[in-house]
Amino acid sequence: MGSITLKKVSKSFGEVEVISPLDLEINDGEFVVFVGPSGCGKSTLLRLIAGLEDLTSGAIEIDGADATNLPPAQRRLAMVFQSYALYPHMSVRKNIAFPLKMAKMDQAEADKRIAGAAKVLNLTDYLERKPGQLSGGQRQRVAIGRAIVREPAAFLFDEPLSNLDAALRVNMRLEICDLHKTLATTMVYVTHDQVEAMTMADKIVVLHDGYIEQVGSPLELYERPINKFVAGFIGSPKMNFVTGESAKKRDADTIGIRPEHLDVSHEKGEWAGIVGVSEHLGSDTFLHVKVEGVGTLNVRASGEFRVNYGDKIFLSPQADKIHRFNAAGLSI
Amino acid sequence: MARAVSQQRKIINTTSAWVIGLLIFFPILWTILTSFKTEATAIADPPVFLNFTWTLENYTAVLERSNYARFLWNSIIIAGGSTILGLIIAIPAAWSMAFVPSKRTKDILLWMLSTKMLPAVGVLYPIYLLFIKMGLLDSRLGLVVVLMLINLPIIIWMLYTYFKEIPGEILEAARMDGASLKEEVVYILTPMAIPGIASTMLLNFILAWNEAFWTLNLTAAKAAPLTAFIASYSSPEGLFFAKLSAASTMAIAPILILGWFSQKQLVSGLTFGAVK
Repeated sequence: MGSITLKKVSKSFGEVEVISPLDLEINDGEFVVFVGPSGCGKSTLLRLIAGLEDLTSGAIEIDGADATNLPPAQRRLAMVFQSYALYPHMSVRKNIAFPLKMAKMDQAEADKRIAGAAKVLNLTDYLERKPGQLSGGQRQRVAIGRAIVREPAAFLFDEPLSNLDAALRVNMRLEICDLHKTLATTMVYVTHDQVEAMTMADKIVVLHDGYIEQVGSPLELYERPINKFVAGFIGSPKMNFVTGESAKKRDADTIGIRPEHLDVSHEKGEWAGIVGVSEHLGSDTFLHVKVEGVGTLNVRASGEFRVNYGDKIFLSPQADKIHRFNAAGLSI
Repeated sequence: MARAVSQQRKIINTTSAWVIGLLIFFPILWTILTSFKTEATAIADPPVFLNFTWTLENYTAVLERSNYARFLWNSIIIAGGSTILGLIIAIPAAWSMAFVPSKRTKDILLWMLSTKMLPAVGVLYPIYLLFIKMGLLDSRLGLVVVLMLINLPIIIWMLYTYFKEIPGEILEAARMDGASLKEEVVYILTPMAIPGIASTMLLNFILAWNEAFWTLNLTAAKAAPLTAFIASYSSPEGLFFAKLSAASTMAIAPILILGWFSQKQLVSGLTFGAVK
């Protein structure tokens, strides 16, 4: 079991409030991703849950029991760090065995669990090596192995993939998702990469300046962002924001249209624009179109749509996909 | 062109390093050479460098006259004891300053170092009186404590620098893995800092071994270490140079050999953090 409840949790470093009082419910078995730009407090929030930082106010409950003042060791949580934080003087086996040794588990059971974890993570051949002799991806696996042998109530991941190269990152992403399906244990995952958030999460928590902007499933956030910040942060490429005449016409201060919700045409449309840089990915083409009186719009066109630099094209937003925001930036 | 200049510079650097090295080493070499001369040759004018009749008579005389083994044993106990005691106190102190620093940590470090700026003789009188009252005069325990206190700032400072290099996340990982504070220090911090702890230990052992002011002033016969052994051969008239040299050679030999074998550790300890 691994439900985590945050009640009016806040954190200040001296005068600076990095987390404003917030409530959050993480259900057992859920994969929750904290996402937000750097400095939004997502890592601090994770460290508060881990017990590595003390709360300024509020309470944390793990499985319904108050854990606010428990030391990290007694919270039954396992954490995977951005830097992997392996013990450099110990072999892979000893690294993975360390939490079991601390829990004074008997040797036979410990060996069984280590072998099991090594098998799941493809580390069996590397057990006697030191972390220094492993590649980045392998180190990451050791860190995960060290976390899973304890069978914790929940896993905490602090930007675990940001030190890996792009190809490996996609692989590890799948592996972590797979692990979540197999173990069915609560996972709390911090990232600044909204693609990771969208692809991995059951529930995304968007943080900004120490506040929770919105909590919801990836598709909820994509389809019904609560404000301009969430709308701009979730989705890739970013949502286009248009103010002025086109917005007023639709009774809004600002309207937001995602690049994939703009229809392109050589003949007619609501806005006429000049094609700037276009990025051809084969299946899709991303266009940067300069529209007089509106600004530059990002457009996602099909790969078959042929244009050249400087061509004049027409854009029309899909009426049912337009997001409208009031002057305060909230969705209408 | 650039290559030629750097070659020239290299030669100059190497030569000056050798000159400075030999200059520093010369007194030690001279002491060792003198210890093999007769008393007459030792004070010969002009001085004789190598072409003299080598003799061991000074060593035999010194060994006959004093109990070298006892002085040596005292030195080992005092230097070793003060180093170990110092480490036991310094490891937790450096841990707290490196990993849970407070606003005043830097000030505390500086303040500790500032105690080294006080001339030792300034506190000799009060310490001497304290020693009399506590019955510590001419005891090894007393010297262990005093030398530990004298070197503690350096031990803490050195360990602090080493600990600072250990990423905090690794200790946090240990905490998450269920390690208590003690287990964190024993299983993670200490093994990771072994090279640093080793060179700190070595340097402090040498400092304590060579310490003469306190050892001479606070001991008489029972607890006297090798520094007192040397001093017992110096006479105001400056006679018996050869015997004095023999005693000095015997006193520095153990530490010189230790230093020689652990050069690498020592150098890395002294230059730690300077390069990089």
